[in-house]
Amino acid sequence: MRKLRYREALREAMFEEMERDDRVFLMGEEVGHYQGAYKVSEGLLDKYGERRVIDTPIAEAGFAGVGIGAAMVGLRPIIEFMTWNFSFVAFDQIISNAAKVHQMSAGEIQVPIVFRGPNGAAKQVSSQHSHSAAPFYTHIPGLYVVQPSTARDAKGLLKSAIRSNNPVVFLEGETLYGVAGEVPDEGVEELIPIGESRLARAGADCTIVTWGRPYYTVLAAAEKLAAQGIECEVIDPRTLRPLDTALMVQSLKKTNRCVVVHEHWPYGGPGAEIVDRLQREAFDYLDAPLERVTGLDVPMPYALNLEDTVLPTEERVIDAVKRVSYAK
Amino acid sequence: MMMVIRRFEEEAARHYAKGNIGGFLHLYIGQEAIAVAATEVLEDRDYIFQTYRDHGIALARGMPANAAMAELFGKDTGCSRGLGGSMHFFDVERGFLGGWGIVGGHLALAAGTAFKSKYAGEDRVTMCFFGEGSTNIGGFHEAMSLAGLWKLPVVFVCENNQYAMGTPLERTSPLKDLSIKAKGYGMVGDRFEGHDVEVVQERIAEAVARARAGDGPTFVEIQTYRFRGHSMSDPAKYRSRTELEQRKQQDPVALVRERLLGLGVDENALDDIDLEVDEEIDAAVRFADESAPAREEVMMSTVLAPEGDS
Repeated sequence: MRKLRYREALREAMFEEMERDDRVFLMGEEVGHYQGAYKVSEGLLDKYGERRVIDTPIAEAGFAGVGIGAAMVGLRPIIEFMTWNFSFVAFDQIISNAAKVHQMSAGEIQVPIVFRGPNGAAKQVSSQHSHSAAPFYTHIPGLYVVQPSTARDAKGLLKSAIRSNNPVVFLEGETLYGVAGEVPDEGVEELIPIGESRLARAGADCTIVTWGRPYYTVLAAAEKLAAQGIECEVIDPRTLRPLDTALMVQSLKKTNRCVVVHEHWPYGGPGAEIVDRLQREAFDYLDAPLERVTGLDVPMPYALNLEDTVLPTEERVIDAVKRVSYAK
Repeated sequence: MMMVIRRFEEEAARHYAKGNIGGFLHLYIGQEAIAVAATEVLEDRDYIFQTYRDHGIALARGMPANAAMAELFGKDTGCSRGLGGSMHFFDVERGFLGGWGIVGGHLALAAGTAFKSKYAGEDRVTMCFFGEGSTNIGGFHEAMSLAGLWKLPVVFVCENNQYAMGTPLERTSPLKDLSIKAKGYGMVGDRFEGHDVEVVQERIAEAVARARAGDGPTFVEIQTYRFRGHSMSDPAKYRSRTELEQRKQQDPVALVRERLLGLGVDENALDDIDLEVDEEIDAAVRFADESAPAREEVMMSTVLAPEGDS
């Protein structure tokens, strides 16, 4: 193992998959000559040239559609959205075309494409640039939705996403790009399967399910709770569609209580889906109602103090764990 | 072939009224010369995209009438196994990559298959059909921009049938001549009438040749007219009977018949062809009617593609 930043892990995944398969190409705004708005694609143009690293005009619906069309006839595009906020102008392409054509064509046409880019709040970029996009895309049959929290998962899951025969919505985190984590050594190939949860921290007292940016908030909160005698078990679903609840149910059998922590708004979405499934799949094991700690139900404000209030905080996580644990 | 399309759709309309066909049914009657001429010009390896008004081009491309009618009847033997219906015909084997239901949404896909041709160095042209109503939506603009910028081997064919659903062109566009839009995207534009199959074939061939030679996309505006409403639920009260009757003087199917008679073809021979077509369409209806219904297991197993082997 060695340490890599989340950004570098993603970059390595793209280098390796482009090296392996000429059908893979990267297309998006500023991915080439600018070296990526967030430097994820740095160096790819130098190595693979303008044929396979393609700068586009600001036209998300256009280049998302070009990617889908190219995938329909055998290429394996990686479409970068500078941020997922801008994917909404390409929503129809993803929903009506990428997610539908396999079934509309009775299985004759596959769309092996990855849509990727940073998702969720960054820092003080306000309401139009802070969307947590998972709820929009997890609703749609025909899509996979992946949201890795660590560098290792980012690399292993992106490689699997590129090799998938289906459209994958790949949600990265702008605030995670600089976070370093352990990744297998060079030359050791790791493909992390889409649709498998991961145990991030073991503990017997309370299960916490979380992903994305709040993953780190939860791990910090778990340490504080441990100091107070409450050991949390943290599970990262990694993939939000399809959702793997097996590990969560197994954990609940031990802890009998659960808090789900996510950045997206509380109305619906994968957070609500997890709660719905767990209350059915683990009903007999529950000693307390399932709780959620979510982004507050407001458009993201600009002021830093308000933004900090909107995003899930350690205090809110600790309070929720104590509530379901009937602890003070 | 024009007779096949005409009779197929007349029969489809009848079975829609009888309740054998559901959902939306958009007829191509009046525009047949375009589908027939365009497919005549294309090679087997080329790709075609069409809107939801897709029966004509699919049949012209060689889709069996049986598979087309069975799709309208929602049967497992349909071209999309009953999962697509009238608006979503597919025949991948013949390069017919779909009927698409969202106005302007498929133009970028066509730029995408053309992108693949260029990326892989393949000699395949993409032809993308859409109505004049599409030329006002963002999807049109972005697809045309990228195709022009990257000089993709695609021909954009605007079938200007004068009405965007019920709204005439003069109330949806400041331009009478839509082909001048091509200039804004750095591509060649062309504009002509669509009722004479020979004219359409000749002019559209120029655009296809340009794409095949690597000289970039063309925007072709073909002026045409649909004799029926936008869909089966539209009685087309927004246009006058006189206008419709005038346009029917330029019926592309009748024009071909007249021309053949003028060339000395025996009238009985033409009547025999009509009878053969009638029989083909009657057989398609029987086939559709007798086919097994669409299957739940096909629906469930086609949401996602199987993984492995990439």
